[in-house]
Formats: sequence, C-alpha cells, structure tokens
Amino acid sequence: MRFVDEFRDAELGRALAGQILATVEPGRHYKVMEVCGGHTHSIYKYGIDDLLPANVELVHGPGCPVCVIPMGRVDDGIALATRPGVIFTCFGDMMRVPGSEGTFLDAKARGADVRMVYSPLDALRIAKENPAREVIFFAIGFETTAPSTALTLKRAKAEGVANFSCVCNHVTIVPPLRALLESPDLRLDGFIGPGHVSTVVGARPFGFIPADYGRPVVIAGFEPLDVLQAIQMILRQIADGRCEVENQYRRVVPYEGNLRALEVMAEVFELRPHFEWRGLGFISQSALRLSDAYADLDAEQRFGVPGVRIADPKACQCGEVLKGVIKPWECKVFGTACTPEHAIGTCMVSPEGACAAYYNYGRFAREREVV
Amino acid sequence: MSAPDAVTGREQRILDIIETARSKRPRFKDAQITMAHGAGGKATQTLIEGLLVPAFGSSTLASLGDAGVVTIDGAALALTTDSFVVKPIRFPGGSIGELAVNGTVNDLAVSGARPVAMSLSLVLEEGLAAQELAAEVEAIAGAARTAGIEVISGDTKVVERGRCDSMYVSTTGLGQLDPRAALSPQGLRPGDRILVSGPVGNHGTAIMLARGELGLEAEVSSDTRSLWPAVDALLAAAGADLHCMRDATRGGVASVLNELARASGVAVVVREADVPLDPAVAGAAELLGIDPMYIANEGKLVAFVAPETAGTALAALRAVPGCEQASEIGEVKTEPPGMVLVETGFGGRRVMDQLVGDPLPRIC
Repeated sequence: MRFVDEFRDAELGRALAGQILATVEPGRHYKVMEVCGGHTHSIYKYGIDDLLPANVELVHGPGCPVCVIPMGRVDDGIALATRPGVIFTCFGDMMRVPGSEGTFLDAKARGADVRMVYSPLDALRIAKENPAREVIFFAIGFETTAPSTALTLKRAKAEGVANFSCVCNHVTIVPPLRALLESPDLRLDGFIGPGHVSTVVGARPFGFIPADYGRPVVIAGFEPLDVLQAIQMILRQIADGRCEVENQYRRVVPYEGNLRALEVMAEVFELRPHFEWRGLGFISQSALRLSDAYADLDAEQRFGVPGVRIADPKACQCGEVLKGVIKPWECKVFGTACTPEHAIGTCMVSPEGACAAYYNYGRFAREREVV
Repeated sequence: MSAPDAVTGREQRILDIIETARSKRPRFKDAQITMAHGAGGKATQTLIEGLLVPAFGSSTLASLGDAGVVTIDGAALALTTDSFVVKPIRFPGGSIGELAVNGTVNDLAVSGARPVAMSLSLVLEEGLAAQELAAEVEAIAGAARTAGIEVISGDTKVVERGRCDSMYVSTTGLGQLDPRAALSPQGLRPGDRILVSGPVGNHGTAIMLARGELGLEAEVSSDTRSLWPAVDALLAAAGADLHCMRDATRGGVASVLNELARASGVAVVVREADVPLDPAVAGAAELLGIDPMYIANEGKLVAFVAPETAGTALAALRAVPGCEQASEIGEVKTEPPGMVLVETGFGGRRVMDQLVGDPLPRIC
C-alpha cells in the first residue's frame, strides 16, 4: 500500500534501532510510556520492542478508551440495552469489556438488540430507519472520537431525530496523565504522545509535562517507523539534557490542533466534575457529558440509569502497573482472580494491556531475555 | 527488563499457575451460548473440548480432525459434517450452495480422503423466493459436478418467517482415505515447512463487504473452491512427507496454526512478509484493524511438509489451477511448544494467539 509501506520499511527500522542503541547510556535503565492504545497496538503488531536495547522498556499507558470504562458504566449501558424497544449501538471493541454482570455480547445473547457500528453516524441512520424504536449510542473514546459524536448529535438535533440519544463516556487525555505524573513513585523517563488525540487538541496541551514535571514528550504517528523515531527523539532529548514537546507526527498533527473540531466539542459537551476510570479511580474533570443545550439527547437523562458504582476490587493494582512501579505479576490478583477470561482491571481487559500481554506471553518474553 | 533478578521465585510460581491453568482441558462453564462460541477461537474450543468431546467418548472425535475415519472390512472411510448459515446467501465469488459443497469436500480432502458422496439437508425460511432456491440448488449441483462428489441423500424442512435467514444448509460428506496419506494433527515435526495454497482472508472479507455495513467498496471475491486437486497434487509430490493439512476456514490461518501447534506440542514460526495477500484484502483489513490471518477462507489449505520435500510440494501445488500464489510461509520449531510466533515484516517478533471470539474492529 502506498503511503503506508514507506513507514514500515524494515531497513530504515534497523537504522533507527542502531541510532537508539548509540543514544542510550549503557547501564542506565529507561522507561518510556506510550500513552495511547494505538501505539501499544503498533508496538505489539510489529514487534517493535524486539528492536530496542534491553535497557529501554516500554510501559503501556492509560490510553485505551475501552479498557478504562469502569464496570458501573458498562452495567448502566446494559440496563439501557435491555429496556424493551431499545436498539443499543456501540463500537466493536467495546462489546467484550466486562461489567459486573457480563459484557454487551452477553446482553445480546440474552435477547438485547445490541448492534456494532463503525461510526456514530451509523447509529443515527439506524434511528432514522427505525422511528418506532429508541436508538442509543454508547459513545466512548478520547478527543479522537469525541468530535464525530458531537457532529452526530448536532445533526440529530438539527434534523429533529427524536428517537436517538447518546450515553456519553468520552474522556480527555490530560487529566489521567497529570494524575500519573502527580504520583510520588512515578518511574517514567518520557512519553510517546498520542498522535490521533493530538490531531484534535494539538501539541500545546502537553506542554505541562516538560514544564511542570520535567519529562520529555514526543507526539508520534502509528506506523512502526513513527514509533521507533519517537523513542529515538525522547532518548535524544534525555541525552542532550533537553526536555520539551516535540512533534514527530507533523504530517498530520498541527501545533494548534483542529479548531473546528474543538469548537463543535465545546458546543455539544461540557466537562464532568469527575469520572471514574477502571483501575485508576476517580479523576476530576477527566470526562465529558452533554451540555444543557443537548440534554434531551442524553440517554442518561432521558431514561435514567442505575448509576451504581461497582468498585474495582481493592487488590487490583492497575494504577501501579501503569505507573511502572510494579510489574504485572507483582499485582496481588494477577493470574488468580484476574485473568484474561475474567478480567478485573484495565490492564487485563484489552489483549494488549500490560497484564494480558504478560499473562499470554510472559513465559515467551522471559525466554527471549535469557537468549 | 530490569535485570536477570526479575526471574524471582514468585514470578516463577505465577508463571507455573498460568501454565497449569493453560494446560488443563478446557471446561465449559459459560451460562449461555454467545456468538463467540461460533467464531472458531477459544470459546469454540471450550465448547467442543469441554462439552462435546467428553460426552461422546470417541477417540476419533477427540483427535479433532476435519473428518473422522472409520474402517469397515479394511476400507478406510472419512466422514464429515457441516452446517452453512452465511448471510447474505449470495456474495461476490459464490453463494451458500457452493460453499456447502466445497466446505464438505474440503474437510474430506484435507483429511486425505477423496470425496465420494454427500447428503444435503435444507432448512428453508417461509417466504423464500422459489427462484432464489432454484439458483442455490443449481449452484449445489454445479459445485458437486466440479468437485466430483455425488449428492446421494437429502432432507428438507421449512420454518416460519424470521426463524432462519433465507436458508440454512447442512451436509454430511463421505470420502475414501487415500493410501498415500499419512496425516495427523499430532504429525508436525520440527523443521517442517508451512505452505498455504494462496492469498488468505478473501472469503471473510468478501462477506464483510457484501453485508454493506462498512460503506467500503472493493473488488474482493470469495475463494470458495474444491481443494481436492490441491490435495491430490500434494499427496503425489510429498506422500508420507506431507504431515498434516487443514482447511483454514473460520478463525483463519492463525487459528489453524494454533490448534496444530498445541496438538503436536511444537512451536510454529510464521514469516509475515511471505504470507500471500490480495491488495484489496490487505487494505480492508488495515482499515478495520483486523489481522487477515484471522479472517475466514473457503478454499485455502495449510500444509506441513518435511523440509527435504517442501520445494517439490510447493512447485506441485503452484501447478494446480487456482493455487498459483501458493507460498511457504514459515517453519515448525521446538520452542516454545504450543505457541505460534510471527516474524513481522518490520523485523520484530510477536505471538499470534488464538482469538476468544470474532475479530472485532478496533477504535483505539
């Protein structure tokens, strides 16, 4: 594929790996967090960590929007989905995230009309095709997907589609990063900034990371060369004693972000005072809800939801795993109460989460170290 | 990783717990059937190995081949059965009727059996247009002629509108075991080369596109075809050096490799760059965030051949019409047993695990 294969060139990858090896100080250990689930996926898909020296460790961050949805929110969604006459729509990867009584796929098996959509506009189309049914869209995602939800809501309002509503679970990227950085036991040396989120918010919001916390940030694209180059740029900053926000993904991310997208978000959404993140607890001003002008499209208000908080089990230590303080197997419930089949914390929910990856491949990874 | 001291006693204990849990026979504990049980991944495996196989106590069934072999008065016969519930029933490159014949033929073929006869059971939905039914009957007849299998028995049922999607087709296939075949899911040996008979992921992609939910348009056709000619060529070229074959249907090539790595207790290493892929399939899979190795095929086999015969076998395979793009995609190793590893085109490695259920498009 043109414009794709160029960013997957193995030879260039080896060259970058050589530069990385030349940049690191032998004997020093580096922990770099990739904030975004998309980066985690690339690292996993292309085996990028294989190309890194043993003393450069990648830590998976909190940026997988489906994994961070807490059980109580899934339960609320299932309560809506099982109301008579409701068509419940959500993205595919949300369907397998467990609540306290199973997943949306389980609810579907019990008779709920749960449908996978690829865009919120698909959900709106379903609403127009089924005027006698209530169609609910379970909106998730960071600033990447929030604009398309906002535009869909604007259109629904303009066209007066009365049977469409939305459960808003949109979250924002800066507050969880700040929460991680505030932690006294943080052991991260730098951050690979989220490329897709940054196409919307720009590079500016990440300035606090070098300014207030002294850690470099490089906003990166999602092809393997993008990720490797971002790692190289972070290590270069550390070697040079610099600490700033750099933009590796300039072909897509403008410094100011996408002002039109930000405008429509500001019109449709407002900040929630606080929101619960699976594994991370409550983080203030970390999520969006519909603004008062759109209250009648808010499924939580239209139907009412149980809103019961299902606490993460006390022993779950996702927060510590995310901060790089402990390794997955050091968590008290890892491999016993918390497994990929019965996941408790965010790190086990997604197959690419740190714990799920270790559960499935830890034995192999260790053999690789020994080799 | 921090240092060799990472390998502590506690970590080893945790790894042992996981290993024990993994090696246990799966138990079927789910409260209800979900779509994941039909997707060919871990949930399907739990259903089959946890509920069905123990219930019937057949060692032939327990070997989990694509067909079971029964010997009657010295004649070895292969028996297989399958159901077809595809939606829509017609799609670019084929239809449910062709699929039913070829799917049955292929389960026999990859078991090393020459297809001989089949039964056909039709479950029809009230209101199905007679013309549509006639077209499928014609498709079945045509595919059976091409594949050299005779439809010798059948049944029809009609259910109320809404109780099935247009039509469901069930088949049973009977084949005669080829004397050249020495195949077994336990037959993989370190050093074996892995061959696929052509580009992967076409059928599943064609179906996804034909459902029209994606708003994508691309020229992708199902690959439904009889694999007997390919099997015949491989048996002639490799004989007993052909250790195992599988028809890479639901769950795709990745699921087949995982099943066989487990069954034989070997490691399977795939070179991703060598896996043949149509550009349109690669593009659609890229957009959806789905790995083509997990997408269903309906006319692709995966074969394991001893290294000294692999070149001859590949040449023989490529000479079969429809298999011109057959390729060697990897090799069997010893460590780590039961796992499938991928050498990525970018130069890294990863584990290619079994899926739990259907591959779901990702947003993040």
